[in-house]
Amino acid sequence: MTGFGLMLRKEVREQVRTMRLVVVVAVFAIFGLLSPVVARYTREIVEAVGGGQFGGMIPDPTVADAVIQFTKNVGQFGVVIAILVTMGAVATEKERGTAAFLLTKPIGRGAFVAAKVVAIGALLALALAAAGALCWIYTTILFEPLPVAAFAGAVALVWLSLAVFAALTFLASVATRSALVAGGAAFGLFLVVGILSALPGIGPYLPTSLWGAADALALGTVPDPLLGPVVVNVALIAVVLGLAWWGFRRQEL
Amino acid sequence: MTALPAPDAAGAPPAIEAHGLTKRYGDVLALDALDLAVPTGAVFGFLGPNGAGKTTTLRLLTGLGHPTAGTASVAGVEVGKESLALARRIGYLDQDPRFYGWMTGRELLAFVGRAYGMTGATLRSRVDEVLEMVGLTDAARRRIGGYSGGMRQRLGVGQAVLPRPAVLFLDEPVSALDPAGRRDTLELIGRLRGAATVFMSTHILTDVERICDRVAILDRGRLVTEAPIDELLARHATPVFELDPEPGQEAAVIALAESLRAAAWARDVRAEHGLLRVIVSDTGRATAEALPLVVAAGVRLARFERVRPTLEDVFLQLVGNGPVDGTAEGGPPAPADRPAGGPAA
Repeated sequence: MTGFGLMLRKEVREQVRTMRLVVVVAVFAIFGLLSPVVARYTREIVEAVGGGQFGGMIPDPTVADAVIQFTKNVGQFGVVIAILVTMGAVATEKERGTAAFLLTKPIGRGAFVAAKVVAIGALLALALAAAGALCWIYTTILFEPLPVAAFAGAVALVWLSLAVFAALTFLASVATRSALVAGGAAFGLFLVVGILSALPGIGPYLPTSLWGAADALALGTVPDPLLGPVVVNVALIAVVLGLAWWGFRRQEL
Repeated sequence: MTALPAPDAAGAPPAIEAHGLTKRYGDVLALDALDLAVPTGAVFGFLGPNGAGKTTTLRLLTGLGHPTAGTASVAGVEVGKESLALARRIGYLDQDPRFYGWMTGRELLAFVGRAYGMTGATLRSRVDEVLEMVGLTDAARRRIGGYSGGMRQRLGVGQAVLPRPAVLFLDEPVSALDPAGRRDTLELIGRLRGAATVFMSTHILTDVERICDRVAILDRGRLVTEAPIDELLARHATPVFELDPEPGQEAAVIALAESLRAAAWARDVRAEHGLLRVIVSDTGRATAEALPLVVAAGVRLARFERVRPTLEDVFLQLVGNGPVDGTAEGGPPAPADRPAGGPAA
């Protein structure tokens, strides 16, 4: 992994200088903050908009509404953001010629790939941590405190689901020279996974199903199944990133 | 293919060797069994028309591409086997150098230095030295995104020479530079003679004549010739007569060019910058018969001279008059000479 540290510093500095870090963290933070607020005040909002006609149809808000709103928001929009920040990771470097510049230096291809993966994973983790912290604070203020460890576990499950989509996007970015093609392929996979998640056999093991598990975990119950889907998704990330590394090693630049 | 030269005068093995190096993109043969040996310490010019396979060769020798067949070694490292060992010995400048727009020039050079293991005061002083060398000291703290094409190319030369590589690969190193930048960069490359082996592809033949010791000419993926420039000029260049008509006789000059072209001893007649250059196959007949043709055409000459053939004359003789990225006066940067279907530059 010659050059990993150098490449990782470059990736992190790039995230800071191009404002990607600030924007991604801010977007996640907004979802984290708004989720409990929207859950708490949905009835009031509907009453204000509908002139009091529909307010009675909305049940009393609960802490479960805040959690479900959070996992749904940071899950769905998080996937979109994960795809956007990953689709150009390798494709753009190849397209612009910066990959050729880097890889004629003593920087291993493994280090090149690993630094990008770690930087993207860390960015998503940081953004989710910010979102989770704000969600927990506002849920505590507006509803009741959530168990901290269980809620952190729930956020980790959401991160795992986003990491799967980021890994798939990364593979597409390695396979093509166009960030748009990589992003398109990743969005296509997102749709396919969304459809497949309705199937009873494999549905619970797909990354989008981790959001339901996260809801249960945050509310203090142990989801069933939990270990199986976690292992499957971790293995999926490992296989996909392994393929990306294998493919990139053999690629002409 | 040409025979491989023996080790250079100092007894050092060639800095770059290629044996049967071949690259195929689908049905297109981009490089056809290239055999080449570049002596250590030489400034080597690599010439060829668009699509000849120059950039493909550079990419194979730097490990960015994989050969379909054949082997190559650079600075004693077998290409494709030990990519990191190869990278530690080379510097590389792409024909259209692109860097991270968010970095400053200084940061980019420091990044490259760190990749080669430089740290602390050694790194800082080398970065300062290179910035000075390529004339970017004043722009060192500006973002590369705001650099002009010429500044980017100078930065590209800087990052390539920074680690003091044993072998420097330069793909069209001065194509985007203004005359002063071109002169300075060529002087910089010339100063590397002996300290590093420079392998330079360029479309500016006058620059090659100015700084290169040896040249290779590639055409449609095949090596046409490889030799020291003087030897190449002596071996291949047929005599050239230069006719300088006085101004204001355009019609007569066109008629003269036609009658010269019709002469059996004239291989090629080119009109350049108001001059007629006549490449001849029989010097004796040309000397005797050219002036009578001038008189018959009624053209008044300011000068009639037998001149030293140029590398351009040799180049055009060897690869023909097709579209050439070898104009004497330069021009826009040549596009990547990779065939369609291959990966983009």
